Amino acid sequence: MATLTLKNVRKIYDKKVVAVEDFNLDVADGEFVVFVGPSGCGKSTTLRMVAGLEEISGGTITIDNKVVNEVAPKDRDIAMVFQNYALYPHMSVYKNMAFGLMLRKMPRTEVKQRVTDAAKLLGIEHLLERKPKALSGGQRQRVALGRAIVREPKVFLFDEPLSNLDAKLRVTTRTELKNLHNRLKTTTIYVTHDQEEAMTLGDRIVVMSGGLIQQVDSPLHIYRKPVNRFVAAFLGAPPMNFIEGTLKRDNGLAFVSNVGNVRLNIPGRLADGASRYEGKPVVLGIRPIAMSEQPIGKFAPPPGDRVGLPGGYTITLETHVVEPLGEKIDVSCSLPGAPDQKILARIDARDDFQPGKPVILHLDFDHVHLFEPGEFGKNIAL
Amino acid sequence: MTESRTISATFGRILVFVILCALGVTFVVPFIWQVLMSLASLKDVDLLTQTGTPPAVSMGVTIWGVRIPWIPSNFGLVFERVHFAKYFFNSLLVAGWVTLLQVITSAMAAYAFARLQWPGRDRIFLAYLATLMIPGVVLMAPNFAIVLGLGMFNDYSGLIIPAAFSAFGTFMLRQFMLTIPASLDEAAAIDGASHWAIFTRVVLPLARPGLIVLAIFTFLGNYNSFFWPLILTKSDNLRTLPIGLLVFDSTYGRETPLIMAASLMAMVPPVLVFLLLNRYLVKGIQLGAVKG
Repeated sequence: MATLTLKNVRKIYDKKVVAVEDFNLDVADGEFVVFVGPSGCGKSTTLRMVAGLEEISGGTITIDNKVVNEVAPKDRDIAMVFQNYALYPHMSVYKNMAFGLMLRKMPRTEVKQRVTDAAKLLGIEHLLERKPKALSGGQRQRVALGRAIVREPKVFLFDEPLSNLDAKLRVTTRTELKNLHNRLKTTTIYVTHDQEEAMTLGDRIVVMSGGLIQQVDSPLHIYRKPVNRFVAAFLGAPPMNFIEGTLKRDNGLAFVSNVGNVRLNIPGRLADGASRYEGKPVVLGIRPIAMSEQPIGKFAPPPGDRVGLPGGYTITLETHVVEPLGEKIDVSCSLPGAPDQKILARIDARDDFQPGKPVILHLDFDHVHLFEPGEFGKNIAL
Repeated sequence: MTESRTISATFGRILVFVILCALGVTFVVPFIWQVLMSLASLKDVDLLTQTGTPPAVSMGVTIWGVRIPWIPSNFGLVFERVHFAKYFFNSLLVAGWVTLLQVITSAMAAYAFARLQWPGRDRIFLAYLATLMIPGVVLMAPNFAIVLGLGMFNDYSGLIIPAAFSAFGTFMLRQFMLTIPASLDEAAAIDGASHWAIFTRVVLPLARPGLIVLAIFTFLGNYNSFFWPLILTKSDNLRTLPIGLLVFDSTYGRETPLIMAASLMAMVPPVLVFLLLNRYLVKGIQLGAVKG
């Protein structure tokens, strides 16, 4: 159990390639923090710097108030689970799990006790005599986890540990990992490129791109209030739809798209933050789940709807393909007259839904955002 | 259509079979010839080579006063005429030590080149590799001078120590070690292993097929080595088998049956090594081919 602090941490390869820049993070004792981002965003590099497997080009890493920049991996009291599990192929499961303890000259009886306890916890007691090649992917993953647990380290580091498992096993193992963390309460850093994994596992999520932290917050807060377009696009499935346009003053604030004839009134909460962008280009972001055919509940127009204005608080789309999911359907749409401007709507399932006809959708403005132009355009309504 | 295809397939198979048989015979005939020669008396050799008449085999060997009638007498003669047992021992001793030391030094160097990060590593490795391009004969004189200067002339150390380091072995094991995932080293480092522990407890066990292949190559190469032991040894006591066998071709004129008998006996260790370890040899060569 420990706190972990990264202060102004940076990593530069060959004096020119910046992998991580100005990384600042405080991880509380027992917290589960997930680093998420696309390939090459610097998340694994940061994790490896915490592990001591990569040298730090600048800044400090502190574990339990002790700066560990120059401390060897073995002396940092951390345990790491690798993407490919990194089990020693020539050793049995028992020896794989006991290796770290034996290197630390722990008495044999205690080693045996710890390995047996961890194996029981993970349900792999019957596999202890096997070699890794005789195990399935899921079993190997458990052994790798067991090897980390027996050490009882201050910090757990996970480097995409589930990405080699099939989809079903990934989900069940994810739940087990969460349970395990709830029981052990060990400070954990978990790296993944899977936003769903990040959302479900993390107490807090660190969204990274291009070596920089984009946002650090709780999963739901990041989902509801993404600081920029990149974060909004990265978290949430299916991903957010974006429409480029301009904000205009027209009986209140309205968004007018560049293509596809969208004219959307911007209601109070959004309009307050967005008014200073009047006349400027902006990007409208709509989550697929923020659309509905029925103007009821959260999809009802805001109070004081100026009925009769063209468009109002709805958006008209041309529909192309319908994919039933059960309770919901995914409708692939485009803006009228702009077939390249794709929009995905996840709406309530309806048997008689006919693709090919235009549909008017009402919006839940809690999941509609306005961003400055550009990939990292900031959320202008926050 | 199908029938003609079957006929051509059968014909192809027969052709392959015939070619393989011919190759097999090509390899086996010299060996049979060697066995026949080793049984012949000197005067029968001409008869054998000129007319193909099988030699009259002279049987019986006396070892420590006990006569063993079922061993051909030429094999006994080899022991009587030269210090064959001593040569045999020398060859095994030198080849054994060289193999052991070369595998150890090559593995350590390979680990440094494959696994450790240090400035100039790849350039030094290239320079190391470049020494493979220099023909051994060119190095013979300078090496001889160095060994002489170090006082290792006419001594086991002179036969063993210069051969204990090998750029080829280092190269081969480095390539082998590069195929072992780096995450294993990292996992071990986090588990608390020092470089020595990573080397001995993780990398070496996984590089075992490579180590065995190198051991086989080194053993066979040194067991058969001729020129270096020839120039470096003066006393009969230090001679190895290839040089020992030369005696039958010089001092007493050419005594082909004895050379053949002696070389048949000399073949035993390499054949044993091959029989015991050939599965590793095949595996090692395949691994090198696919991953190296």
